[in-house]
Amino acid sequence: MTNDVLAPPTTSIGPTAWLRRNLFSSVFNSLLTVLVGAALVWVAVTVGQWALTEARWEAVTRNLRLFLIGQYPAEQAWRLWASLLVLSVLSGVSTGAFGRTTRVLAVSVSAFQGLLAVLMLFSTVGPLITAGMAVNAALVWAGMAVGYRRTVPRRALVIAWLLSIPVTYILVGGVGIGPLPTVSTNAWGGLLLTILLAAVGIVLSFPLGVLLALGRRSALPAIKIISTAYIELIRGVPLVTILFMADVMLPFFLPGEIRIERVARAMGGITLFSAAYVAENVRGGLQAIPSGQIEAAQALGLRGWQTNLYIVLPQALRSVIPANVGLFISLLKDTTLVAIIGLSELLGIGQAVLAQSEFLGAHLEVFSFVGAVFFILCYAMSQASYRLEAAMGVGQR
Amino acid sequence: MTTVPPGQPHHATVPPWRDVRVLGIASQVAVLVVVAAGLGLLTSNLLTNMAARNLTFDYGFVGARAGFEIGDSPVPYSADDTYAQAFLVGILNTVLVAVVGIILATILGVIVGVARLSPNWLLARVAAGYVEVIRNTPLLLQLFVIYFVVLFQLPSVQESIALPGSIFLNQRGLFVPSPQRAPTFLPWLTIVAVVLLLAIVGRVIGPRLERGGRRLPPLGRIGLLVALVVAVVAWVLLPEAPVQFEVPVAGRFNFTGGLELSTGFTALLLGLVIYTAAFIAEVVRGGIQAVRRGQVEAARALGLSERDTLRLVVFPQALRIIVPPLTSQYLNLTKNSSLAIAVGYPDLFKVGTTMANQTGAPVSVIALVMGTYLAISLITSALMNLYNRRVQVLER
Repeated sequence: MTNDVLAPPTTSIGPTAWLRRNLFSSVFNSLLTVLVGAALVWVAVTVGQWALTEARWEAVTRNLRLFLIGQYPAEQAWRLWASLLVLSVLSGVSTGAFGRTTRVLAVSVSAFQGLLAVLMLFSTVGPLITAGMAVNAALVWAGMAVGYRRTVPRRALVIAWLLSIPVTYILVGGVGIGPLPTVSTNAWGGLLLTILLAAVGIVLSFPLGVLLALGRRSALPAIKIISTAYIELIRGVPLVTILFMADVMLPFFLPGEIRIERVARAMGGITLFSAAYVAENVRGGLQAIPSGQIEAAQALGLRGWQTNLYIVLPQALRSVIPANVGLFISLLKDTTLVAIIGLSELLGIGQAVLAQSEFLGAHLEVFSFVGAVFFILCYAMSQASYRLEAAMGVGQR
Repeated sequence: MTTVPPGQPHHATVPPWRDVRVLGIASQVAVLVVVAAGLGLLTSNLLTNMAARNLTFDYGFVGARAGFEIGDSPVPYSADDTYAQAFLVGILNTVLVAVVGIILATILGVIVGVARLSPNWLLARVAAGYVEVIRNTPLLLQLFVIYFVVLFQLPSVQESIALPGSIFLNQRGLFVPSPQRAPTFLPWLTIVAVVLLLAIVGRVIGPRLERGGRRLPPLGRIGLLVALVVAVVAWVLLPEAPVQFEVPVAGRFNFTGGLELSTGFTALLLGLVIYTAAFIAEVVRGGIQAVRRGQVEAARALGLSERDTLRLVVFPQALRIIVPPLTSQYLNLTKNSSLAIAVGYPDLFKVGTTMANQTGAPVSVIALVMGTYLAISLITSALMNLYNRRVQVLER
């Protein structure tokens, strides 16, 4: 008898065997396959026929500018492009410096702008903006190349990211002088408003949510009760009621001379709403920290705030990033609710386009476009979150 | 640095600004003062602004005539009724769409979740595609598609689509036969209830009579079977069927008789069910996949049949994981039902906004609306926690 090691049995199977195993393993399964397959073919043929022959896609292509930026003045649109440029370069360079964790972000940013550029080819926005979009998409890759070649200090990148928030705000909103005249928030619309509402919501609600989460776990009863009451109250009511409150009721709660613009009121409502959900996510992260970590910090003589800032929060926040990406996705979808209080974000613009006399009844075209934009954004983010989870080893350390 | 003399309590030497207890109380007082001051400022602004605009803060309006019609109402309501009754109709409509939605979404969600784990590759892919498309697009958009694209293209009343079972679908909504009690309903119900009660008694005391290895037949199950047989036999033997269905009949302009489900209700229900089912499907799939493979293999090794493996081993363990996230999906569905305003279904929020505009006491009305949503959410999660405790009790 020889001790020859046999090669492991082959696991790959031929296409016929694969079909047999996965589609026709039993009579019932075969029947199911035929039925589902027939239904799929019917749907594909119907949808394809409609999309290629009947659909009036001009409803989308002729209004593409409206869908993307709403009533934002055309001669100022370069500012939006410039702020996208900042995002492109930053995400590209960060990928070179931080590696895999931010690569998904950079690739999504590039792919989305590339997609927009292709879409613009078929629309009426003009060659300049189209070319600008394409340049942006390419710049992400250039940024990556730079990031990989040279060692860009990570701290500088973090500072650059933080700085990009006020820079974006100044570029989009304007300062009222020189080349940057103020653009009223009432002119913001379309995809621009959708993304800004979600981004502002998540950025502002994050610190508030962290404070609420710490408050809810505090040993001091008054702070604990206030935080818990806030979180449970907000989580118990629908977002629409809070938006309605922010839109209609807020002016009642402010002194007569203070006027807040409509978009800002909606942003405030969304921030207060999502802070409660951020708080619950962060609380989950806080609970996962072993008490030994806190005890060790105390044994080293760290104060309460030092323990939180240097020991607890860095570990807790890291572990809740994927959950917060999920929150960001649902926030992005929830921004459509501002259409109910009369703001024209992407879906609101869709309704406005449907009111144009030449595109009456083009519901399916407009809704498919809006749905596709949301799907691409949300699907890319959810895939990014899976990668991020794997790359950060959440639950493995 | 001072040293602590032996025998003296340590905290005596800590200055108050470094004493943890003093700091704790001080920070709580500070937070309370800030919160109270903020609320006080807002309230005083509110009172000034409302007084300037001749708006009130009290609930005196509840007894006044509402004066607006409500399209769908499960209870009799007219514009002459009070605001309190209008508000009640809003609550009932929200609860109605939420309860029906939760039941249907659970059924569809479980089917899709199980389909995602199907050995049939094509079915699993289709289920996955459904989940991804629905979860990654906004609910409001889906409601618009159902309302404007699907339901608005339905034919007029005269050309209604007739479905089997006297169900009619047209622009006005969905018309289904409504069950009506016949005079024989009460006697029939009594007979069935008595037999059912006996079955329950048998189920409860049966096991207690089993002593010394003496096995009784499963009294509960036999009782249930008998109850079923009695119910069917009594239904047939009674001179008039105890429940009769009133069939909708096409009139000149609309259907009369039967149960009318308006377009708004149908659109909202469909939208909520389709949207929430995608999330429930993921919860169900996650729960089933979280049951360790070894458990299934052990059950097979013990000789349990495929059905018993699922019923006795997989489902009870999956249920423990499924129930808490399922609760939050139910809560989401209930809160999402406030999107009814987009399809014109008069739910709590829509009735509330109408009242806020009419009564001149907008803050009180919105407070009432939010309080009601809060109460519904708390009741739902309390019920689900109760169920959760029953499921989790097996944990060792």
